[in-house]
Amino acid sequence: MPNTPETVIQLSHITKEFPGVLANDDVSLEIHRGEVFALVGENGAGKSTLMNIIYGIYPPTDGEVFVRGKKMEEYSPKNAIANGIGMVHQHFMLVPSFTVAQNIVMSREPRRAGIFFDNRRAEEITRELVKEYGLAVDPSARVEDISVGVQQRVEILKALYRGADILILDEPTAVLTPQETDELFAVIRRIISEKHMTVILITHKLGEVMAISDRVGIMRHGRLVSLAETKNITEREIASEMVGRPVLFDELERTGTPGDVMISVEDLHVRDNRGLTAVNGVSLEARSGEVVGIAAIEGNGQSELLEAITGMRECVSGSVRIHGTEAVGMTPGQIRALGLAHVPDDRLATGVDAVADVADNLITGRQHSKEFKGFAGHLRRSTIERWASEVYQRFDIRGAGLHGAVGSMSGGNMQKVVVAREFSYDTPALVISNPSRGIDIGATEFIHEAIMEKRNNGCAILLSSADLDEIFRLSDRIITMYEGEITGHFKAGEITKEEIGYYMTGSRRKEADKVDAS
Amino acid sequence: MIEILAQVFSAGTFTQMLRSATPVALAAMGGSMTEHAGIMNIGMDGMILMGALIGVLGSYMFGSAAAGVMAAVLFGILVGLFFALFVVKLRSDEFIIGCALNVFANGFTAYVSRSVFGFSGTSGYEIDYMQPIDIPVIGDIPFIGEILSGNTALVYITWILVLVMWAFVYRTPRGFYIRAAGEKPETLRTAGISPERMKWLASILCGMLCGLSGAYLSLGYLNGTFVEGMSASRGFIAFACVIFAAANPAKAYLAALMFGFFDAIGLRLQNYISSDLTSAIPYAITIIMMVYVVVSKERRRRSGRAAAKTSAAPPAEGAGT
Repeated sequence: MPNTPETVIQLSHITKEFPGVLANDDVSLEIHRGEVFALVGENGAGKSTLMNIIYGIYPPTDGEVFVRGKKMEEYSPKNAIANGIGMVHQHFMLVPSFTVAQNIVMSREPRRAGIFFDNRRAEEITRELVKEYGLAVDPSARVEDISVGVQQRVEILKALYRGADILILDEPTAVLTPQETDELFAVIRRIISEKHMTVILITHKLGEVMAISDRVGIMRHGRLVSLAETKNITEREIASEMVGRPVLFDELERTGTPGDVMISVEDLHVRDNRGLTAVNGVSLEARSGEVVGIAAIEGNGQSELLEAITGMRECVSGSVRIHGTEAVGMTPGQIRALGLAHVPDDRLATGVDAVADVADNLITGRQHSKEFKGFAGHLRRSTIERWASEVYQRFDIRGAGLHGAVGSMSGGNMQKVVVAREFSYDTPALVISNPSRGIDIGATEFIHEAIMEKRNNGCAILLSSADLDEIFRLSDRIITMYEGEITGHFKAGEITKEEIGYYMTGSRRKEADKVDAS
Repeated sequence: MIEILAQVFSAGTFTQMLRSATPVALAAMGGSMTEHAGIMNIGMDGMILMGALIGVLGSYMFGSAAAGVMAAVLFGILVGLFFALFVVKLRSDEFIIGCALNVFANGFTAYVSRSVFGFSGTSGYEIDYMQPIDIPVIGDIPFIGEILSGNTALVYITWILVLVMWAFVYRTPRGFYIRAAGEKPETLRTAGISPERMKWLASILCGMLCGLSGAYLSLGYLNGTFVEGMSASRGFIAFACVIFAAANPAKAYLAALMFGFFDAIGLRLQNYISSDLTSAIPYAITIIMMVYVVVSKERRRRSGRAAAKTSAAPPAEGAGT
């Protein structure tokens, strides 16, 4: 890189206000040509808002954006594209029923006779792009039929076809396997060295920041709190800046040995919402005092498996036993009564009642217990309140107060409400799905500690998470799933994050070792 | 018995099939546009009714059926704009607006028709209507010629429109945009194209085609008469055709033909069975059609499941996102 870097994007005192929220607060920043700039921050820190302003999705409330020294007059994606800015959104902007080529050329399609869409030429263009950038895609495949990793390539190719030389990637690795992430990084490095492009990467995975970026900007509460060259900063420093206080993330303490089998699944078959086989002959067990982690890329049957175990989804065949009792065919309530609590995948859909207040959410599921129900069938408010406020404090829930609506809380606190309710059941078995999805580092830390405490107290925990770091941090044993089948069983420490990716994509399989109780 | 069958499957039945199918087909093509753009349009019936009145009115005022058709199409643009104003611009509930449009059309057409033609309607007025066109050579072929020749111009125009609309939706960039606007509007927005504009366009096209449908009904099907409520729920039948055809204009035309066929049979059977019963036939068939759509979808789902069981088919991948 030359000594005086060329500035391609300059943000000058950007402020963005949404009704009631200050998303960006006086942010000034320069992006240099040919660098990978990582923008990190917790959820809600304002990273995506800032990038959406650059891409013209909405104008800033105050401040200006300069692209290659030219002031942005009109904020629209069209104008951003014309200025060579491309953005790959976190949720892909692809039409599922269109082919790869049709998606790539959209808005600049080749035409025949001036009016007709030239599909053959579109596929040729796609093949040329594939050759030029080395991102393999099948031009005639429908987007709905290809994997998320390939969809991302289509998104990148689309931006490149539109002539982007500044590429914004919004949490690009959230849905990728470690191998796909490596591939993506190789592509980023290639387009920077060969095509002299600039890449802005939004992420909250610090390992990736260290691996790929040249500079890093850290955002907190809408402000850019720190700006550094990646080589001059450590992962721990970045984490502390993001949260605003030191973050430990130390090794969690483990005590005790596994005991009785609490959750036992045998040859389970389950269908997904479209009626396709989602879980295909899965057998596993979890003993008290251990965490069994399920590592799988989203959409490989892990959600359906956990839903079947907890009674939220019908089983086609097979058996689920909770503490020795057959649970297939039972309602979720009956299964709970057997001693299985459940932190569900989607907290808004199935975890909480967003309209009800915190106290009501905390007792949901046991409103009929003698403790809370009076002789006339009414709820004993004062008892509920006393109990809820104790739980509220124990789990360090903040935000709405006991009588605030859960829906008005942040994701992290909402998740704490779910965890607090489920953990306070004191069941011998727990099923947990993506406990830290979309929540900040502080809350994640808290929840991880709570899970470990449960384990040490002898709870059997079945954990599924899209975050491999989380799986590795918490699990005693790890099971990999691919397309509804188990592809490997591992003890913690037996496998690396790199290696496990091969099992998560089905390219390797390992038969189950006999896991002894000892 | 054979006598009845011979009458039921005569060339006249098939001619009647084309006549009955045409207004439904035109509206269904319009409905396909809004359906692709992601608008559930149940207001087609009102659009047809207004088209029927304006067609008669135009023909009466300018003394020419062609002018009547033009007037109905132009008015259809207005109706489409009106629909889009509420549904797209003001983001009202499309179901409610569709209902409102139907109710409004009933009152509006009754009011205008009574003000202009009086309480006894258009009977007694000289209104120019569409004349059948005889196709020279084809018309001489027995049976088939009888069916294909001697229809009004709009029947033939409908055939052309089926091709045009099909090519528009599946073979032009704008057709791609309309479909993207319904399936994933953000995709268009991030490409610098306004999905709202595509919805406006679809609404206008729907208004025009429904206007054409109405004009055919009053000026072609009923030889220049307007009767209150004459759309007789054809807009809803058209909507059923749209769903049946998955908004493919060509398939929607076939669905409309099916409706037309049973409508024609119903008319033939009137000589033998109570007409109250026979006129229910096409509507009953429509219900059966809709059941078929659901059942076949279910069956496809099951066969998809079987396929997924036998092979490690790709759809499981990435489907969860």
